[in-house]
Order: sequence, then C-alpha cells, then structure tokens
Amino acid sequence: MATARKPRSKSSNRNSLVDLESGVISREIFVNPEIYAQEQEQLFARAWLFIGHQSQISKPGDFFVSSMGEESVILCRDRQNEIHVFLNSCTHRGMKVCRYDEGNTPVFSCPYHGWSFATDGKLVGVPYFKDAYKETLDKSKWGLPEVAQVCNYKGSIWATWDKHAPSFAEYMGGFTTYLDFLLDTWDGAGGETEVFGGIEKWVIPCNWKFPAENFIGDRYHNISHRSVDMAGVGPSGVGRRDTTEREGATALDISFPERGHGTITFLRPDDKKTTSYQHSKIVSEYFAHCESERQKNYGKWARLLPGPSTVFPNMSYLPRQPRSIAVWNPRGANSHEAWRWFLIDKNAPPEVREFLRHYYITYSGPSGLTEQDDMENWNYAHNASQGVIARRHPYNYQMGLGFDGPPVVTDGLEMPGQIRNVTDAFAGEQNQRGFYQRWSEFMSAPDWDALATWRNGNGKSH
Amino acid sequence: MTTVETNISRILLKEEIQDFLFREAELLDERNFEEWLDLLTDDIRYWMPMRRNVKANELDREFTREGQDINWFDEGKGTLDRRVRQILTGVHWAEEPLSRICHFVTNVQLLGAEPSITDPIEVSVKCRFLIYRNRVQTETDFLIGKREDTLRKVNEEWKISQRKIILDQNVLLAKNLTFFF
Ligand code: FES
Ligand SMILES: [Fe+2]
Repeated sequence: MATARKPRSKSSNRNSLVDLESGVISREIFVNPEIYAQEQEQLFARAWLFIGHQSQISKPGDFFVSSMGEESVILCRDRQNEIHVFLNSCTHRGMKVCRYDEGNTPVFSCPYHGWSFATDGKLVGVPYFKDAYKETLDKSKWGLPEVAQVCNYKGSIWATWDKHAPSFAEYMGGFTTYLDFLLDTWDGAGGETEVFGGIEKWVIPCNWKFPAENFIGDRYHNISHRSVDMAGVGPSGVGRRDTTEREGATALDISFPERGHGTITFLRPDDKKTTSYQHSKIVSEYFAHCESERQKNYGKWARLLPGPSTVFPNMSYLPRQPRSIAVWNPRGANSHEAWRWFLIDKNAPPEVREFLRHYYITYSGPSGLTEQDDMENWNYAHNASQGVIARRHPYNYQMGLGFDGPPVVTDGLEMPGQIRNVTDAFAGEQNQRGFYQRWSEFMSAPDWDALATWRNGNGKSH
Repeated sequence: MTTVETNISRILLKEEIQDFLFREAELLDERNFEEWLDLLTDDIRYWMPMRRNVKANELDREFTREGQDINWFDEGKGTLDRRVRQILTGVHWAEEPLSRICHFVTNVQLLGAEPSITDPIEVSVKCRFLIYRNRVQTETDFLIGKREDTLRKVNEEWKISQRKIILDQNVLLAKNLTFFF
C-alpha cells in the first residue's frame, strides 16, 4: 500500500503537477494524502457545493442530512420557510446532532448532553442553564455553525462556507444555460420538478476526481460500455441510451476553464424533431408532446441536447437520460462516497414515472448495468496509480490539444463557454483540461479575490 | 389428518424448500446463470429496497417503496435476464474476470403454504443470507441480510415468483451489485 509521500516532481509547485501546456497531469493529485488534505481547505471549504433539492424539504421542519466535502451537514426548512444548511456537529462537544437521513422535526436535540437547536439553527435549550451555567451562557453565540451563503437555484440547493465567495450566479457564469435543462421540466414550461424517494449512497474506492472528470466530457470511454450496448438497457429497449434524438446533431464539448465547469452537448439541426422513447404508446406520446412544447418554450435553444456535465468541483449531472444528479463526496485520497438524486417532472403521468424509474435504476449507480463498469475502471485506475513507479508517470490529457476543432455553426445561438466541435474527432479532452486548470487555481489562490479571475478582464467573461 | 401427520408434512416441505434454496445458491456460486434464470417465474418481482435511518416512530419510512421509489433493485425477469446476458458478453468489466462468490443461506423459516401444507402450490419462506464476494486480488465484500421469497409450483417444479432482499446496510459498502442475491 502506498503511504504519504512528497510529490516526486522536482519542485512541489503545483504547476508542475498540472501541466496543461503539455497536457500532462501528475498522478500525485489523485493519490497523495497531503494534496488531498489541501483540497479540503482550498477547494471544499471555498467552492459552491450541491446540497439537495427543495422537493426533499417541502414543509417547515423538513430536513435532509447531506454532505459538504467530508463533513455532514443538515439541510433544513425552518418555521419561517427559510432554507438553512448547518454543520451537523454540536457546538458543545461535537456530537453529531442528527443521525437520521431525513425527516421532520420541531428541534434538533443533541443526544450527548441535551442541547437543542431550533430549525433555524439557534441554540434554544440548555439543560441546567440556571444551575450549572448561572444563566451566563450566551446562547446566541452557540447555534449550529451555518454556511456563509445558500442559494436555491430552480429547486437545486447550493451552499458555500466562504463568505467572500461570489454569488452562485457569478460562480456559475453562463453555465446555467446548460444546467437549466436539468432543472426545468421536460417541456421547458417552468413547472415543478421533484426527486424520487431514495437517494443512492455508496462507496467507490477511488479519488473523487475520477468520476468528476468522467462526467465533464469523457466521450472517449464509450468503448468501456460495450457490454451494455450488447445487453440493451436503453429506454427503447436497445443499446444504452436512446440516441435517435441526437441524429444529425453536432457534438460539442463546452468548457468554462475560468470556472471549472464543463458539459457534453449536442446541437441539433433546426428542423429536427425527436422521435425517442418509443417504448409504449403513452410514454412516446408524452415525450412527443413535451418535445413540441419544449420547442415552443425554448425557441431556438431547444436545439441543445445536453449530456453528461460537471459543475466544479464535485457535482455531476445527466440532464436527459437518465436524468439525475451525482455528488462525489471525498472520503480520503483513495475513496469517495457517491450520492445520487433522480429527477422527475411532478406532473408526469404514472406510466412515464414508472418507465423512467425503471430506466434510472437499471442504468445508474451500483445496480446500474452501465455505471458498474465505470466504477470498475475508476477503482482499478486509482489502484494501479499508487506505487512509487506509477507516480513517476503522469496521465495523458493531450487529446485534441493544439488543434482547433472544425468551426461551430450555431446559426445565431450565442452559446456561452469555450466550444469545440468534436463531431468528426469523436472525442476531446478540453473539458478535462479546463477542470484541472481551475483545480490548480483553487489549490494555489489565497482567496476569492484571486479566484474570481473573470473580474479582472483577462479571463473571458461569460 | 392427525397433528403428527401435519407436522411430518411441514418438516418434509421445509426440507424440500430448503433444498431448493441451497440448489439455487449452488447454481449461482457455480456461475450457471442461465440455469438459475430457469428457477424464476416469468412474472418474478425482484426487489431490494434502500434503507434509511429514521426515528423510531417513523419506521414506516425506513425502506424505499417497491414500485414507487428508487430501490437498489426493483425489476422483473426481463431485466434479470439482461444482467445475465451482460455478464456472458465477456466484456462486462465489473464481472470480467468473474468474481468469486459464495452464498450462505441459513435460518430458513417456512412462513406459509397455500392452499395447504400437504399439497402446496405456493409457499413463503424467509431466510438470512451472507454473500461473500472476492474479486481480482484483494477486493472483498460481505453482504448480510434477510430474504423473503415466494415460491410457486409450475409444472411440478418450484420456481421463485417474488424475492424481497433486505440488506443490512445504509450506505452501500460495495462499489457495485453485479451479482444476484
Ligand atoms: S455534545 Fe451536544 S450537548 Fe454536549
Ligand atoms: Fe460511463
């Protein structure tokens, strides 16, 4: 087993670990425990992180226990309908205040000495307050530690511990153009979306960045899923996904290197109507209806069909098939805990619900035919990268480096981001390079003044 | 029938059902997946819920619901058949090379027999399972829990028509579920 070891490169300067001009990245950033520890401070304590969905806490007193980096947090709706995110650790002696996964409560009572915290986090009950504390304890100072900022963006709840972090909107930049396709209803009409009951949580023995960079744009690993294509789990009974909606589309990799986000997106020709989901009459009629509504509601933007994406650092999502959110929670350099939320339009008919639910389960997560193979690859890629000799050999991120893709013809669609046409190339790695460029900046920048590179005009502003 | 006769019928039936479950485990451990599929009725429901930590007075919310929520498994024979076919492709990397798997089935309890214990066409049976998986070199999982099965007689043979799998874990400690319970 590899143990803690200084990076092998000549200088411990992080720029030598992530060399994007040459397109090589040291394995140290995946396996080195010291770098992992710095990530907790530099990255997870400063970035905006995904916490949960508003449909999980629809009533006052509803809570859902989530995770920010390594730490447990409570997402809670208070009596005044305000949404809060607290550290799940008692201010008295650190006891995990809530060991339930979700529920509804008037108050969080600490099992250890009985301090109790209201749903807005305030310390409201202290046993022997009069006798033992002589009523001198300042309860207003000892509420549950709360995140610095929280944002409900179209039902998705995000938070950051850093009060100097920019607003969520600024953190995302133009990337919300793509994220919206996940959070809006399928017809784009602005109705309500909810998550299915049952959040998948499981342990994957590899560094959290493996799945984050896979989702941000790894078209290249298509070959690893051959067995699923042969067995056929796709929503129309064959293959893996229903790709008919992408026929004739331009394949685009879109990167936001100044922010770290990235997405795989397909741009359909103008007149194209989707014919996917020919599973059953009700299901196909429903999707055909949504599609024509979608064209009305989004106009020319309906031409975009986004695929796997990552919001920096560790939230990934699939906006169409199977529509879901993943968070890769770090658990030491060599392991992480994956959490998975599955989304559905609130007003979807029962047949459609059932059809999608079944597809989601058979595609995704530990029991999903497709993702089982992803986890095997990430597991053993990490496993084989830990040795001294392995660490001398950086990973290769040179695909498409130094070449411009063919021109992107968007016919007046002003799509944000750094866009690369990979229709002929099949795949590229600009999105991964963008992710690690941002990762490097986070690891060395002293504060958000340095991190908000787009403000000083040299980064492209979106 | 006398009580003694009923008791003997019960013991024989339990023995028969237990033998069936052991034979089933043998097929899985020997990787005879297609023969294993033949032990399932065409309308089988195969369900493994996820489990939440909830307050003692909210235990009805402990399990994710069959047919409504996301579950670890909630499927019929078509999907189980696809899982087998995927393993047999030889390029399902999560099971290539194949894992080494051992199913232990214990605490077998016969819960009911319909229409009667002497001439049953459907039985419900509960047991405990311990599944040991070892793959590649040192990767090892232990999965322990309870199983509730309904067996139905089809052409004089017992087949599984319902399987409910209760895994005693919250966060799944295995990276994947490429095997059968
Ligand atoms: S640790 Fe919570 S009251 Fe003491
Ligand atoms: Fe994949």
